[in-house]
Amino acid sequence: MMPLDAEWYDFRDFGNTVGSLLEQIRDWGAPDWVPYVISGLIGVLAILLWTILSVLAFIWIERRVVGLMQNRIGPNRVGPNGLLQPVADALKLLFKEPITTRNADRILFWLAPIVVFVPTIVVFAVIPFGERMVLADLNVGVLFLIAVGSLNTIAVFMAGWSSNNKYALIGAMRTIAMLISYELIQVLVLLAAVLFVGSMRLGDIVDWQADHAVWLLFLQPLGLLGYIVAGAVEMNRSPTDIAEAESEIVAGYHTEYGGIKFGFFYQAEYLAGFAIAAVIVTLYMGGWTLWGLEEWVPGWLIFLTKLYGVFFIYIWSRATLPRLRIDQLMAFAWKFLLPLSLVNVMVVGGEKLLWQEAELSSGEALPLFGVINSAVAVILIGGWAWVLGHQRPERVAHRALLTKELGTIHFGEPAPTV
Amino acid sequence: MDDTGTVVAFYLLSALTIAAALGVVVVRNLVHAVVSLILSFVGVAGLYITLSADFVAVTQVLIYAGAVSVLILFAIVLTPTGDRGNQETFLRLPALLLALLVAFTLGYVAIDTDWAISDREGFQQTASVIGEALLGKYVLPFEIASVLLLVAMMGAILLVRPEGAVEGE
Repeated sequence: MMPLDAEWYDFRDFGNTVGSLLEQIRDWGAPDWVPYVISGLIGVLAILLWTILSVLAFIWIERRVVGLMQNRIGPNRVGPNGLLQPVADALKLLFKEPITTRNADRILFWLAPIVVFVPTIVVFAVIPFGERMVLADLNVGVLFLIAVGSLNTIAVFMAGWSSNNKYALIGAMRTIAMLISYELIQVLVLLAAVLFVGSMRLGDIVDWQADHAVWLLFLQPLGLLGYIVAGAVEMNRSPTDIAEAESEIVAGYHTEYGGIKFGFFYQAEYLAGFAIAAVIVTLYMGGWTLWGLEEWVPGWLIFLTKLYGVFFIYIWSRATLPRLRIDQLMAFAWKFLLPLSLVNVMVVGGEKLLWQEAELSSGEALPLFGVINSAVAVILIGGWAWVLGHQRPERVAHRALLTKELGTIHFGEPAPTV
Repeated sequence: MDDTGTVVAFYLLSALTIAAALGVVVVRNLVHAVVSLILSFVGVAGLYITLSADFVAVTQVLIYAGAVSVLILFAIVLTPTGDRGNQETFLRLPALLLALLVAFTLGYVAIDTDWAISDREGFQQTASVIGEALLGKYVLPFEIASVLLLVAMMGAILLVRPEGAVEGE
């Protein structure tokens, strides 16, 4: 960023404002921990405020956009153009009676909406919104993303199990099966990205892309594809929302939830969506940089524009693609994405080795790798889909395996003798 | 462990970990026990952070809180008698005695030993150091562990396959 003045009014980077405020506090002779705590509080408040406003805005945008795509109008009654619809929804959720079913496990039932909220909001701590706008730039940022993302499964299980409802339990089981399968894809894909850049710190990955003036998106198209699909699964949206497939299992793991407790699940899903979009922007699309434009336009504005753009892809796919069946979704993870992302790791590792050993300059190496990887991606996707599509008919699964297995288990009854 | 923040964090996290671990033993409902086990895993991860072992801390969350606990939850849900919870046992007193003895021995050793303290600076990046150690000096145990995991995975798949599934359903 251009060192124009870097004073507190330099709004291209809110890090300046916070920095001068902390300087001022330090000048007043406060002990060292005071600025530390205050900067943390400012960061947390800013992130919370931003997420709440974004979620409120996108509830309206998504419903209107999906309405347009599906050739209907969408909400247009509350306020001008239905703009106050999200506010009305939020108020309705707040004032609803919080019903707890009689046989529910009360402690876990009340705890689950809180627990589901924590991992999704904590993810934003390591995301660099701008040059100096990251709450905690961890050394192991990418691993932190995966680890925190994996905690979602527990919250979902708590919700599904404590509801004491078979649809909720089946929904939770489905979600866990799905999340665990796609977590593998996510890890492999991120491994390739980290391997190539050579750092797990998200700030370093953004800097690397800025230094080499290239987005990882062009170097690892296969990785981006894997992450987009795994992200759609993790944020639990259509076409991969089998966890709450209305036509099959009512609403999945949050069947029994109403009022603001349901609101928590709803908002956590939106936040997971923003988090996935933020990770895609940071890792694959250059984060807050845009080939020099960040000198003139605030970095956080570039970042948010990209983020909303990526999130729009998910809205789009939700409106246009049909929901997958659970066995199709699992087969897609294990038979299609997993081999592809394994090959991706090997190809990227080989290229990294070649780059180091042959001492190529980045001007020679990166275009070459970009062309190779795009070709590899096209050939692998096309070829592997062809191979899977030409299997002998007796080897193609006819029924969802998980539901078949679950059908033989009798909960609360003695096990059937085999 | 010089600055106040680390000390305060250490005691808070220790209290959390111990309370959660006690919950695992005391609580009757098995699923509640697993949830407090997860809480204690997260507390241990926090303790690793106070030791500036960030890679180990994140791995602790990923493997124990995220993966192992889900495995335990599944094991409980799929066990037909799992909903009975923790039952009364006549071994309560001997178990308490044994646990106290183990705790006393461990505590005595920890306090009595003259621990070697290194003067070197903390690692800036633990992940790369661990990676180099695993693929350099300790490459053989690392590879053996991965082969072991593969064998365990194949064994599990073989065990749960229904009869006659091998020749194609």
